[in-house]
Amino acid sequence: MASTRDLRRRIKSVKGTSQITKAMQMVAASKMRKAQQAALGGRPYANLMNNVMAEVVANAGDFSHPLMQEREVRKRAVVLVSTDKGLCGSLNSNLMREAAKYDTENTVFVAVGRKGSQFLARTKRNLAAEFTYKDVPLFSEARTVVKFVADLFLKEEVDAVDILFTNFVNTLTQKPEVRTLLPVGEVKASVAGVEGEERQAELMRGATEFLFEPSPTQVFSSLLPHYLNFEMYQILLESKASEHSSRMVAMKNATDNARQLIKDLTLDYNKMRQAGITKEILEISSAAMAMG
Amino acid sequence: MAGTLKLEIITPEAVVFSEDVEMVTLPGIEGEMGVFPQHVPLMTQVVPGEIMVRRNGVDSALAVGEGFVEITANRVAIMTDMAIKADDIDEAKAEEARQRAEARLKEKLTEEELAAVNAALLRSIAQLQVKRRHRK
Repeated sequence: MASTRDLRRRIKSVKGTSQITKAMQMVAASKMRKAQQAALGGRPYANLMNNVMAEVVANAGDFSHPLMQEREVRKRAVVLVSTDKGLCGSLNSNLMREAAKYDTENTVFVAVGRKGSQFLARTKRNLAAEFTYKDVPLFSEARTVVKFVADLFLKEEVDAVDILFTNFVNTLTQKPEVRTLLPVGEVKASVAGVEGEERQAELMRGATEFLFEPSPTQVFSSLLPHYLNFEMYQILLESKASEHSSRMVAMKNATDNARQLIKDLTLDYNKMRQAGITKEILEISSAAMAMG
Repeated sequence: MAGTLKLEIITPEAVVFSEDVEMVTLPGIEGEMGVFPQHVPLMTQVVPGEIMVRRNGVDSALAVGEGFVEITANRVAIMTDMAIKADDIDEAKAEEARQRAEARLKEKLTEEELAAVNAALLRSIAQLQVKRRHRK
Protein backbone atom coordinates (compact mmCIF):
# COMPACT_ATOMS: atom_id res chain seq x y z
CA MET A 1 0.00 0.00 0.00
CA ALA A 2 1.27 3.41 -0.97
CA SER A 3 2.17 5.80 1.77
CA THR A 4 0.71 9.28 2.01
CA ARG A 5 3.98 10.69 0.80
CA ASP A 6 3.82 8.59 -2.38
CA LEU A 7 0.28 9.73 -2.98
CA ARG A 8 1.23 13.35 -2.46
CA ARG A 9 4.02 12.99 -4.98
CA ARG A 10 1.72 11.45 -7.55
CA ILE A 11 -0.90 14.15 -7.15
CA LYS A 12 1.76 16.76 -7.69
CA SER A 13 3.07 15.12 -10.84
CA VAL A 14 -0.40 14.65 -12.34
CA LYS A 15 -1.12 18.29 -11.58
CA GLY A 16 1.99 19.29 -13.49
CA THR A 17 0.96 17.21 -16.47
CA SER A 18 -2.53 18.66 -16.46
CA GLN A 19 -1.10 22.16 -16.46
CA ILE A 20 0.90 21.35 -19.55
CA THR A 21 -1.98 19.76 -21.40
CA LYS A 22 -4.21 22.66 -20.42
CA ALA A 23 -1.71 25.10 -21.87
CA MET A 24 -1.44 23.07 -25.07
CA GLN A 25 -5.20 22.97 -25.30
CA MET A 26 -5.40 26.74 -25.08
CA VAL A 27 -2.72 27.23 -27.71
CA ALA A 28 -4.35 24.70 -30.03
CA ALA A 29 -7.75 26.30 -29.52
CA SER A 30 -6.55 29.70 -30.62
CA LYS A 31 -4.64 28.28 -33.57
CA MET A 32 -7.62 26.13 -34.43
CA ARG A 33 -9.88 29.13 -34.78
CA LYS A 34 -7.54 30.76 -37.25
CA ALA A 35 -6.87 27.58 -39.20
CA GLN A 36 -10.56 26.72 -39.45
CA GLN A 37 -11.35 30.18 -40.67
CA ALA A 38 -8.69 29.92 -43.35
CA ALA A 39 -9.88 26.51 -44.49
CA LEU A 40 -13.54 27.46 -44.60
CA GLY A 41 -12.76 30.80 -46.27
CA GLY A 42 -10.92 29.02 -49.04
CA ARG A 43 -13.77 26.66 -49.86
CA PRO A 44 -15.97 28.96 -52.00
CA TYR A 45 -12.93 29.77 -54.10
CA ALA A 46 -12.07 26.10 -54.46
CA ASN A 47 -15.63 25.24 -55.45
CA LEU A 48 -15.80 27.98 -58.03
CA MET A 49 -12.43 26.93 -59.36
CA ASN A 50 -13.70 23.37 -59.75
CA ASN A 51 -16.80 24.57 -61.58
CA VAL A 52 -14.77 26.66 -63.94
CA MET A 53 -12.31 23.83 -64.49
CA ALA A 54 -15.12 21.40 -65.25
CA GLU A 55 -16.56 23.77 -67.83
CA VAL A 56 -13.26 24.56 -69.41
CA VAL A 57 -12.38 20.91 -69.71
CA ALA A 58 -15.77 20.15 -71.20
CA ASN A 59 -15.38 22.95 -73.74
CA ALA A 60 -11.71 22.76 -74.53
CA GLY A 61 -12.39 20.24 -77.31
CA ASP A 62 -9.44 18.26 -78.58
CA PHE A 63 -7.05 20.43 -76.70
CA SER A 64 -4.94 18.38 -74.39
CA HIS A 65 -2.26 19.33 -71.94
CA PRO A 66 0.66 17.10 -70.91
CA LEU A 67 -0.70 17.21 -67.36
CA MET A 68 -3.97 15.68 -68.54
CA GLN A 69 -2.44 12.72 -70.27
CA GLU A 70 -3.96 9.51 -68.99
CA ARG A 71 -1.63 6.55 -68.98
CA GLU A 72 -1.87 3.07 -67.70
CA VAL A 73 -0.96 3.36 -64.04
CA ARG A 74 2.15 1.34 -63.39
CA LYS A 75 3.75 3.62 -60.87
CA ARG A 76 1.93 5.97 -58.58
CA ALA A 77 3.07 8.87 -56.45
CA VAL A 78 1.31 9.58 -53.21
CA VAL A 79 1.59 12.91 -51.47
CA LEU A 80 1.15 12.22 -47.79
CA VAL A 81 0.11 15.35 -45.93
CA SER A 82 0.65 14.77 -42.22
CA THR A 83 1.54 16.97 -39.28
CA ASP A 84 4.93 18.01 -37.97
CA LYS A 85 4.17 17.35 -34.34
CA GLY A 86 2.41 14.60 -32.49
CA LEU A 87 -0.04 14.77 -29.62
CA CYS A 88 -2.98 15.27 -31.88
CA GLY A 89 -5.09 12.22 -31.21
CA SER A 90 -5.56 9.55 -33.81
CA LEU A 91 -5.12 11.95 -36.72
CA ASN A 92 -1.76 10.69 -37.91
CA SER A 93 -2.35 7.02 -37.19
CA ASN A 94 -5.54 7.16 -39.25
CA LEU A 95 -3.56 8.70 -42.08
CA MET A 96 -0.80 6.12 -41.82
CA ARG A 97 -3.30 3.31 -41.93
CA GLU A 98 -4.52 4.65 -45.27
CA ALA A 99 -0.97 5.11 -46.47
CA ALA A 100 -0.11 1.50 -45.61
CA LYS A 101 -2.76 0.33 -48.07
CA TYR A 102 -0.68 1.34 -51.06
CA ASP A 103 1.61 -1.39 -52.25
CA THR A 104 5.24 -0.84 -51.47
CA GLU A 105 6.69 -1.77 -54.86
CA ASN A 106 4.99 0.60 -57.26
CA THR A 107 4.39 3.60 -55.09
CA VAL A 108 6.68 6.49 -54.37
CA PHE A 109 5.75 8.70 -51.48
CA VAL A 110 6.17 12.42 -51.13
CA ALA A 111 5.94 13.39 -47.50
CA VAL A 112 4.60 16.77 -46.47
CA GLY A 113 5.03 17.14 -42.72
CA ARG A 114 7.53 15.36 -40.52
CA LYS A 115 5.32 12.66 -39.00
CA GLY A 116 4.62 11.26 -42.43
CA SER A 117 8.25 11.03 -43.42
CA GLN A 118 9.11 9.35 -40.12
CA PHE A 119 6.46 6.73 -40.73
CA LEU A 120 7.63 6.13 -44.29
CA ALA A 121 11.23 5.77 -43.19
CA ARG A 122 10.24 3.37 -40.42
CA THR A 123 8.24 1.14 -42.75
CA LYS A 124 10.91 1.40 -45.46
CA ARG A 125 8.80 2.79 -48.28
CA ASN A 126 10.11 4.68 -51.24
CA LEU A 127 10.38 8.25 -50.15
CA ALA A 128 10.98 10.57 -53.09
CA ALA A 129 10.98 13.87 -51.28
CA GLU A 130 10.13 15.54 -48.07
CA PHE A 131 8.51 18.94 -47.66
CA THR A 132 7.44 20.94 -44.67
CA TYR A 133 4.75 23.49 -44.23
CA LYS A 134 4.34 26.19 -41.67
CA ASP A 135 1.63 26.70 -39.12
CA VAL A 136 0.06 29.15 -41.51
CA PRO A 137 0.54 27.39 -44.85
CA LEU A 138 1.99 29.58 -47.56
CA PHE A 139 0.95 29.48 -51.16
CA SER A 140 4.58 29.11 -52.17
CA GLU A 141 4.86 25.93 -50.10
CA ALA A 142 1.97 24.41 -52.01
CA ARG A 143 3.59 25.52 -55.25
CA THR A 144 6.88 23.75 -54.55
CA VAL A 145 5.11 20.49 -53.82
CA VAL A 146 3.02 20.72 -56.97
CA LYS A 147 6.07 21.59 -59.01
CA PHE A 148 7.88 18.52 -57.76
CA VAL A 149 5.10 16.04 -58.43
CA ALA A 150 4.22 17.63 -61.76
CA ASP A 151 7.85 17.14 -62.78
CA LEU A 152 7.68 13.48 -61.80
CA PHE A 153 4.51 13.11 -63.81
CA LEU A 154 5.81 14.90 -66.87
CA LYS A 155 9.00 12.86 -66.87
CA GLU A 156 6.78 9.78 -66.85
CA GLU A 157 8.38 8.53 -63.68
CA VAL A 158 4.91 8.15 -62.27
CA ASP A 159 1.60 7.76 -64.07
CA ALA A 160 -0.71 9.18 -61.44
CA VAL A 161 -0.45 11.37 -58.39
CA ASP A 162 -2.71 10.93 -55.40
CA ILE A 163 -2.93 13.12 -52.36
CA LEU A 164 -3.64 11.61 -48.98
CA PHE A 165 -4.68 14.17 -46.40
CA THR A 166 -7.05 14.80 -43.54
CA ASN A 167 -10.17 16.59 -44.60
CA PHE A 168 -11.65 18.92 -42.04
CA VAL A 169 -15.31 18.19 -41.38
CA ASN A 170 -15.80 19.88 -38.03
CA THR A 171 -13.99 20.29 -34.76
CA LEU A 172 -14.78 16.75 -33.66
CA THR A 173 -14.50 14.96 -36.99
CA GLN A 174 -11.59 14.82 -39.40
CA LYS A 175 -11.51 12.28 -42.14
CA PRO A 176 -8.52 10.90 -44.02
CA GLU A 177 -9.19 11.28 -47.73
CA VAL A 178 -7.56 10.46 -51.02
CA ARG A 179 -7.77 12.77 -53.99
CA THR A 180 -6.29 12.36 -57.43
CA LEU A 181 -4.21 15.35 -58.41
CA LEU A 182 -2.82 14.17 -61.73
CA PRO A 183 -3.75 13.49 -64.47
CA VAL A 184 -6.17 16.36 -64.33
CA GLY A 185 -9.03 14.77 -66.25
CA GLU A 186 -9.87 12.46 -63.37
CA VAL A 187 -9.99 15.21 -60.80
CA LYS A 188 -12.91 16.90 -62.41
CA ALA A 189 -15.20 13.98 -61.74
CA SER A 190 -14.08 13.32 -58.19
CA VAL A 191 -14.18 16.88 -56.96
CA ALA A 192 -17.44 17.72 -58.65
CA GLY A 193 -19.13 15.09 -56.52
CA VAL A 194 -18.63 16.79 -53.17
CA GLU A 195 -22.39 17.01 -52.87
CA GLY A 196 -24.90 15.31 -55.10
CA GLU A 197 -26.83 18.46 -55.75
CA GLU A 198 -23.84 20.38 -56.90
CA ARG A 199 -22.89 17.74 -59.37
CA GLN A 200 -26.30 17.98 -61.02
CA ALA A 201 -26.04 21.72 -61.43
CA GLU A 202 -22.58 21.33 -62.81
CA LEU A 203 -23.52 18.85 -65.46
CA MET A 204 -26.34 21.12 -66.58
CA ARG A 205 -24.09 24.09 -66.88
CA GLY A 206 -21.44 22.06 -68.61
CA ALA A 207 -23.90 21.61 -71.44
CA THR A 208 -24.02 25.32 -72.30
CA GLU A 209 -21.54 26.55 -74.83
CA PHE A 210 -18.99 28.95 -73.46
CA LEU A 211 -17.11 31.57 -75.37
CA PHE A 212 -13.49 31.91 -74.43
CA GLU A 213 -11.41 34.99 -74.56
CA PRO A 214 -8.75 35.00 -75.95
CA SER A 215 -9.02 31.23 -76.65
CA PRO A 216 -9.86 28.04 -74.77
CA THR A 217 -6.30 26.85 -74.92
CA GLN A 218 -4.90 30.06 -73.52
CA VAL A 219 -7.40 30.31 -70.71
CA PHE A 220 -6.80 26.69 -70.01
CA SER A 221 -3.04 26.78 -69.92
CA SER A 222 -3.04 29.61 -67.41
CA LEU A 223 -5.85 28.12 -65.38
CA LEU A 224 -4.38 24.66 -65.06
CA PRO A 225 -1.24 25.38 -63.04
CA HIS A 226 -3.17 27.79 -60.88
CA TYR A 227 -5.80 25.16 -60.30
CA LEU A 228 -3.24 22.58 -59.18
CA ASN A 229 -1.47 25.01 -56.89
CA PHE A 230 -4.67 26.11 -55.35
CA GLU A 231 -5.94 22.59 -54.87
CA MET A 232 -2.76 21.77 -53.00
CA TYR A 233 -2.96 24.96 -50.97
CA GLN A 234 -6.52 24.24 -49.93
CA ILE A 235 -5.47 20.75 -48.90
CA LEU A 236 -2.73 22.18 -46.70
CA LEU A 237 -5.27 24.50 -45.10
CA GLU A 238 -7.67 21.64 -44.47
CA SER A 239 -4.90 19.55 -42.96
CA LYS A 240 -3.84 22.34 -40.64
CA ALA A 241 -7.39 22.95 -39.51
CA SER A 242 -7.75 19.23 -38.85
CA GLU A 243 -4.49 19.08 -36.95
CA HIS A 244 -5.29 21.90 -34.58
CA SER A 245 -8.85 20.73 -34.02
CA SER A 246 -7.71 17.22 -33.32
CA ARG A 247 -5.01 18.41 -30.96
CA MET A 248 -7.39 20.68 -29.14
CA VAL A 249 -9.80 17.81 -28.55
CA ALA A 250 -7.04 15.40 -27.54
CA MET A 251 -5.59 17.87 -25.07
CA LYS A 252 -8.99 18.67 -23.66
CA ASN A 253 -9.55 14.98 -23.01
CA ALA A 254 -6.13 14.69 -21.42
CA THR A 255 -6.83 17.64 -19.14
CA ASP A 256 -10.20 16.21 -18.14
CA ASN A 257 -8.68 12.82 -17.39
CA ALA A 258 -5.94 14.40 -15.30
CA ARG A 259 -8.55 16.33 -13.33
CA GLN A 260 -10.47 13.14 -12.61
CA LEU A 261 -7.29 11.38 -11.58
CA ILE A 262 -6.35 14.19 -9.22
CA LYS A 263 -9.81 14.04 -7.69
CA ASP A 264 -9.57 10.28 -7.10
CA LEU A 265 -6.06 10.48 -5.71
CA THR A 266 -6.96 13.34 -3.41
CA LEU A 267 -9.86 11.30 -2.05
CA ASP A 268 -7.55 8.36 -1.37
CA TYR A 269 -5.02 10.65 0.20
CA ASN A 270 -7.57 12.24 2.54
CA LYS A 271 -8.94 8.85 3.54
CA MET A 272 -5.49 7.66 4.40
CA ARG A 273 -4.69 10.82 6.29
CA GLN A 274 -7.87 10.53 8.28
CA ALA A 275 -7.18 6.88 9.06
CA GLY A 276 -3.75 7.93 10.33
CA ILE A 277 -5.21 10.61 12.59
CA THR A 278 -7.86 8.25 13.97
CA LYS A 279 -5.19 5.70 14.72
CA GLU A 280 -3.09 8.28 16.56
CA ILE A 281 -6.01 9.46 18.67
CA LEU A 282 -6.80 5.86 19.48
CA GLU A 283 -3.23 5.26 20.55
CA ILE A 284 -3.11 8.39 22.71
CA SER A 285 -6.44 7.73 24.38
CA SER A 286 -5.64 4.09 25.06
CA ALA A 287 -2.27 5.10 26.51
CA ALA A 288 -4.00 7.69 28.73
CA MET A 289 -6.44 5.05 29.86
CA ALA A 290 -3.61 2.63 30.70
CA MET A 291 -1.85 5.38 32.70
CA GLY A 292 -5.03 6.42 34.49
CA MET B 1 -34.16 47.14 -66.68
CA ALA B 2 -33.70 43.60 -67.89
CA GLY B 3 -33.22 41.98 -64.54
CA THR B 4 -30.05 41.80 -62.56
CA LEU B 5 -26.81 39.92 -62.46
CA LYS B 6 -25.53 38.02 -59.49
CA LEU B 7 -21.98 39.21 -59.02
CA GLU B 8 -19.65 37.08 -56.95
CA ILE B 9 -16.09 38.09 -56.24
CA ILE B 10 -14.17 35.41 -54.45
CA THR B 11 -10.60 35.38 -53.19
CA PRO B 12 -8.79 32.48 -51.53
CA GLU B 13 -9.44 34.10 -48.15
CA ALA B 14 -13.11 34.95 -48.38
CA VAL B 15 -16.13 35.86 -50.46
CA VAL B 16 -15.62 39.58 -50.92
CA PHE B 17 -18.75 40.44 -52.82
CA SER B 18 -21.95 38.57 -53.50
CA GLU B 19 -24.91 40.70 -54.53
CA ASP B 20 -27.34 41.36 -57.33
CA VAL B 21 -26.17 44.20 -59.54
CA GLU B 22 -27.25 45.88 -62.77
CA MET B 23 -23.93 46.12 -64.52
CA VAL B 24 -20.30 45.19 -64.08
CA THR B 25 -17.26 46.62 -65.81
CA LEU B 26 -14.15 44.54 -65.45
CA PRO B 27 -10.57 44.62 -66.70
CA GLY B 28 -10.40 41.67 -69.08
CA ILE B 29 -7.16 40.43 -70.54
CA GLU B 30 -8.17 41.89 -73.90
CA GLY B 31 -9.34 45.20 -72.53
CA GLU B 32 -12.08 46.66 -70.40
CA MET B 33 -15.43 44.97 -70.79
CA GLY B 34 -18.90 45.84 -69.56
CA VAL B 35 -21.31 43.07 -68.69
CA PHE B 36 -25.08 43.44 -68.60
CA PRO B 37 -27.62 40.74 -67.72
CA GLN B 38 -28.28 38.17 -70.44
CA HIS B 39 -24.67 38.16 -71.51
CA VAL B 40 -23.46 35.28 -73.66
CA PRO B 41 -21.67 32.64 -71.54
CA LEU B 42 -18.05 33.66 -71.52
CA MET B 43 -14.89 32.64 -69.77
CA THR B 44 -11.88 34.89 -69.64
CA GLN B 45 -9.05 36.16 -67.51
CA VAL B 46 -8.90 39.40 -65.59
CA VAL B 47 -5.82 41.52 -65.09
CA PRO B 48 -5.08 43.72 -62.07
CA GLY B 49 -7.25 46.81 -62.29
CA GLU B 50 -10.60 48.23 -61.42
CA ILE B 51 -14.05 46.69 -61.31
CA MET B 52 -17.00 49.05 -61.53
CA VAL B 53 -20.28 47.81 -60.15
CA ARG B 54 -23.62 49.52 -60.73
CA ARG B 55 -26.26 48.71 -58.21
CA ASN B 56 -29.55 50.62 -57.93
CA GLY B 57 -28.06 53.22 -60.22
CA VAL B 58 -25.09 53.86 -57.94
CA ASP B 59 -21.58 53.05 -59.09
CA SER B 60 -18.99 51.66 -56.75
CA ALA B 61 -15.45 50.49 -57.42
CA LEU B 62 -13.21 47.65 -56.36
CA ALA B 63 -9.56 46.95 -56.96
CA VAL B 64 -8.79 43.43 -58.11
CA GLY B 65 -5.71 41.35 -58.77
CA GLU B 66 -5.32 38.88 -61.58
CA GLY B 67 -7.67 35.97 -61.90
CA PHE B 68 -10.43 34.37 -63.90
CA VAL B 69 -14.01 35.27 -64.61
CA GLU B 70 -16.95 33.15 -65.61
CA ILE B 71 -19.96 34.91 -67.08
CA THR B 72 -23.36 33.34 -67.63
CA ALA B 73 -26.71 34.97 -68.45
CA ASN B 74 -27.50 35.89 -64.87
CA ARG B 75 -24.25 35.42 -63.02
CA VAL B 76 -20.72 36.78 -63.02
CA ALA B 77 -18.22 34.88 -60.91
CA ILE B 78 -14.78 36.37 -60.49
CA MET B 79 -12.01 34.51 -58.76
CA THR B 80 -8.97 36.56 -58.07
CA ASP B 81 -6.09 36.71 -55.67
CA MET B 82 -7.13 40.11 -54.35
CA ALA B 83 -10.28 42.21 -54.18
CA ILE B 84 -10.71 45.31 -52.07
CA LYS B 85 -13.54 47.82 -52.09
CA ALA B 86 -12.44 51.33 -52.96
CA ASP B 87 -13.48 52.64 -49.55
CA ASP B 88 -11.40 50.03 -47.76
CA ILE B 89 -8.14 50.68 -49.55
CA ASP B 90 -5.46 52.04 -47.32
CA GLU B 91 -3.57 54.37 -49.58
CA ALA B 92 -0.50 54.65 -47.40
CA LYS B 93 -0.21 50.90 -47.11
CA ALA B 94 -0.66 50.38 -50.85
CA GLU B 95 1.95 53.02 -51.58
CA GLU B 96 4.35 51.39 -49.16
CA ALA B 97 3.71 47.98 -50.76
CA ARG B 98 4.39 49.45 -54.18
CA GLN B 99 7.69 50.93 -53.08
CA ARG B 100 8.71 47.74 -51.37
CA ALA B 101 7.96 45.75 -54.50
CA GLU B 102 9.87 48.19 -56.67
CA ALA B 103 12.85 48.02 -54.38
CA ARG B 104 12.82 44.25 -54.46
CA LEU B 105 12.73 44.23 -58.25
CA LYS B 106 16.20 45.76 -58.23
CA GLU B 107 17.58 42.82 -56.28
CA LYS B 108 18.62 39.55 -57.80
CA LEU B 109 15.62 37.28 -57.83
CA THR B 110 14.83 33.81 -59.00
CA GLU B 111 12.20 33.46 -61.67
CA GLU B 112 9.58 32.46 -59.16
CA GLU B 113 10.29 35.33 -56.80
CA LEU B 114 10.26 37.72 -59.70
CA ALA B 115 6.77 36.60 -60.71
CA ALA B 116 5.53 36.99 -57.13
CA VAL B 117 7.02 40.45 -56.75
CA ASN B 118 5.65 41.56 -60.10
CA ALA B 119 2.20 40.38 -59.13
CA ALA B 120 2.45 42.22 -55.82
CA LEU B 121 3.54 45.36 -57.64
CA LEU B 122 0.62 45.22 -60.06
CA ARG B 123 -1.78 44.64 -57.20
CA SER B 124 -0.63 47.66 -55.27
CA ILE B 125 -0.69 49.84 -58.38
CA ALA B 126 -4.27 48.76 -59.08
CA GLN B 127 -5.25 49.70 -55.54
CA LEU B 128 -3.65 53.11 -55.82
CA GLN B 129 -5.31 53.81 -59.16
CA VAL B 130 -8.74 52.95 -57.87
CA LYS B 131 -8.25 54.94 -54.68
CA ARG B 132 -6.98 58.05 -56.41
CA ARG B 133 -9.68 58.07 -59.04
CA HIS B 134 -12.43 57.88 -56.48
CA ARG B 135 -11.20 60.37 -53.98
CA LYS B 136 -13.35 63.36 -53.51
